[in-house]
Amino acid sequence: MDNILQFAWMIPVLPFLAFALIGLLLHRWPKLAAASSIGAIGISLVLSILVAIRVFSGDPGQVFEMSRRWLEMPGLKVDMGILIDPLTVVMLMVVTTVALLVQIYSLGYMDKDPGLASYFSYQSVFAGSMLGLVAANNFGQIFVFWELVGMCSYLLIGFWFGKPSARDAAIKAFITNRIGDFGFLLGILFLMILFGTLNYGELASKIAGHQNLTALLPIAVLLFFGPMGKSAQFPLHVWLPDAMEGPTPVSALIHAATMVAAGVYLIARAFFIFSQVPQAMLLIAGVGGFTALFAASIALVQNDIKRILAYSTLSQLGYMVMAMGVGAMTAGMFHLMTHAFFKSLLFLAAGSVIHALHEEQDIWRMGGLSQKMPFTTWTFVIGALALAGIPPLAGFWSKDEILLGAYAGGFTGLYILGSLVAFMTAFYMFRLIFTAFFGPNTGGHHAHESSPVMTVPLVILAGFSIGAGFVGSPLMGNAFGHFINAPGSAHHQANFIIMTVSSLLAIAGIFLAWLIYQKQAIKAEELKQRWSVAYNILYHKYYIDEFYAWIRKVLVDAAAALMEWVDLKIVNGTVNSLAYLTGFWGRSLRYTVNGQVQTYALWVVLGVALLLITALWTVFTVLV
Amino acid sequence: MIGLNHYLFLATLLFGIGIYGVFAKRNAVAILMSIEIMLNAVNINFVAINRFIQPADTVGQLFAIFVIVVAAAEVSVGLALIISIYRQRKSVNLDDFNLMKW
Amino acid sequence: MNLNEIAFYVISGLTIAAALGVVLSRNIVHSALALIVTFLGVAMTFFELDAGFLGLVQILVYAGAISVLIIFAIMLVMHPDPSRTNLTTPSRDTNFWGGLLAWIIIAAIGIALGKNPWPIPQTIPTDTDRVGAIANLLLGNYVVAFEAAAVLLLLAVAGAIILAKGVEEG
Repeated sequence: MDNILQFAWMIPVLPFLAFALIGLLLHRWPKLAAASSIGAIGISLVLSILVAIRVFSGDPGQVFEMSRRWLEMPGLKVDMGILIDPLTVVMLMVVTTVALLVQIYSLGYMDKDPGLASYFSYQSVFAGSMLGLVAANNFGQIFVFWELVGMCSYLLIGFWFGKPSARDAAIKAFITNRIGDFGFLLGILFLMILFGTLNYGELASKIAGHQNLTALLPIAVLLFFGPMGKSAQFPLHVWLPDAMEGPTPVSALIHAATMVAAGVYLIARAFFIFSQVPQAMLLIAGVGGFTALFAASIALVQNDIKRILAYSTLSQLGYMVMAMGVGAMTAGMFHLMTHAFFKSLLFLAAGSVIHALHEEQDIWRMGGLSQKMPFTTWTFVIGALALAGIPPLAGFWSKDEILLGAYAGGFTGLYILGSLVAFMTAFYMFRLIFTAFFGPNTGGHHAHESSPVMTVPLVILAGFSIGAGFVGSPLMGNAFGHFINAPGSAHHQANFIIMTVSSLLAIAGIFLAWLIYQKQAIKAEELKQRWSVAYNILYHKYYIDEFYAWIRKVLVDAAAALMEWVDLKIVNGTVNSLAYLTGFWGRSLRYTVNGQVQTYALWVVLGVALLLITALWTVFTVLV
Repeated sequence: MIGLNHYLFLATLLFGIGIYGVFAKRNAVAILMSIEIMLNAVNINFVAINRFIQPADTVGQLFAIFVIVVAAAEVSVGLALIISIYRQRKSVNLDDFNLMKW
Repeated sequence: MNLNEIAFYVISGLTIAAALGVVLSRNIVHSALALIVTFLGVAMTFFELDAGFLGLVQILVYAGAISVLIIFAIMLVMHPDPSRTNLTTPSRDTNFWGGLLAWIIIAAIGIALGKNPWPIPQTIPTDTDRVGAIANLLLGNYVVAFEAAAVLLLLAVAGAIILAKGVEEG
């Protein structure tokens, strides 16, 4: 048991093996492919649990690290290795648990799909990449796996590539992430140039001993580009709602629980850099807080069940990033963990509904599902309560930690903003619930409860959504925060007033939603009419996509037109003139070729004579 | 006293006569003959310079021998070509051999 | 004017006259005969230059073999009227410019020779084994060139046979 850490490297490798197995051998047998994929992630989960027990029972500050040199060139050294510390352990547990449950759920959700084998191979390679990402011990490796999870995201968003919207969404996700990853890579290269290493531990000690920290500001901002793309923070958030074109289990695993949280994880992992630069922290907090409010406001008026959840995910990611920015790193990680459980629960439950209703996603055409799908309904409600932050569910404790961090850190504005977002979150979630699950059956559908292979993961996740919060609650002495125990991260004493206020706000949001959508004391249509301008702006997502399309049209098309002109006139022109010149001389000089061999000889001898005279001339001037 | 200059000038005259022959004649065989004269002029140069500048060794003569070898090969192939062309076109006049032009 | 100088001028004059005969004669057979005289003159020049072996080779290869070859070729391709077998080209351009270039080259080298007094002859021991020296060089330092020349001759023979025989159709 002591040397279980020696085998920790197998956690990311196993899913990769499953991927290779499926890709090379099992792609003709979907059930075997699914079994190998689930088996691999299951073993990874067991190993993760063993590793977690080992780390949890050991000395809290102890870090296990092993690595091998992967590539080396002048000025760049990249290792491949694993780093096991409490932060990694938390992420390993979250990723393996959610991935396992989602893959089991996919058995039911994707059972009729012809691409089941490739679906599971993508799932495996995603799980392996994500685990490799969280277990990485240096920035070079994290970047490699960062790109790999981006690629898996691209493949899985576009999994139903027959649909044009899925194709477009996949491309959009890929390109948007590319912008963020570019900045991230630049930041990594600057780190390499400045400090000569990419290893977390070595960087941390070098930065601690560094006197002049002004250079860290651009590096921190560039590094933050990565989370901005991957965790879909404000200017680069546009891909995540569209990513819902992928299969719903994919949305649950990748676009709610794990991959989009990688950005938050990166901020936590590189906290020793960010915490040195107050300006960067302020930027992070601002971007996160703005994204939280911005996305929550959009979620208020959306009609597509998955899109509401997607904007909710954006909003919650903004919450986590904001927590990082205000210095409450452990609170952010805590929220990441609880959010992974309840948001994947919400997505999977939504998937269960969509599956039962044959790909119907409009909440106004659902209604009355509570009688027909009790498991799905009540697990969804649990997830929504957890998300809304109703005590004592998981979301309450983690959200409270963040609000506490913002308030105690002196960011009163962000605290008020966060409380407002909590209110809005409760409102839009219960708007969704009252409309889709408890309202009248407006779509005339014949829904039925999903099979156990889908409902059992829901129930397990519901259990986590209820219970996962206690590990970080004041009731257990903030065990989670002490476990993570990161340097530079703030701890605050629990504040009963903040708890009460946030709970009351959440209950108020639920009550308002009940008034409007269940009791219909306030008519939703009238509100829509009265606030039509605001409604339209929100419904069209602040016209961000249209703005980006306009920018593309104006800037990119203009650049393309310029390039076309350069290519046609200058590049082609050069080549064509060379060709024309060659042809011109050929046409002109061909008249010297008259077929008379003596004429040719004449030219030769003329050359000989000229050479001779030149040579003799030189000799004369030299000798005489 | 006859010096190197005399021999070199003799060679030059022979070479010039050869050049004139190459341009002035229309019979292909005559042109080959003119080329032979030019090669002989070169041989005279080799031997004369060898004789006057570096009398101790015989590299110049050696080169003259190689020139003779190459000339022999050239004449045999050239004459074979002329015969082959004559068989095709019943002529050895270079004026008639102007197929290879624009 | 000692004997050597007289011999040189006589032989040179003969050689040049014969060479002019080659290029100026209107009968190709006369040209061929003049060519043989030219070759013999050059051979005698070699004798003058103490290159006895080379002179013999010149007589054997040029005056013997190549001349016979040329005369055979002339017989094979001869025009019916022998007095019109070796006319100058009708192209005045080639004719004129060729002559001019010949004069230019002769003049250029002549001027160069006149301006540069080259070394006077050095007396060399007459008992030197010159043929042996050539043999040593041929099979010593220059053996690769020697072998290459052998291959060249072989190929020339093969090529000449193929060309002269003609390739049969089909």
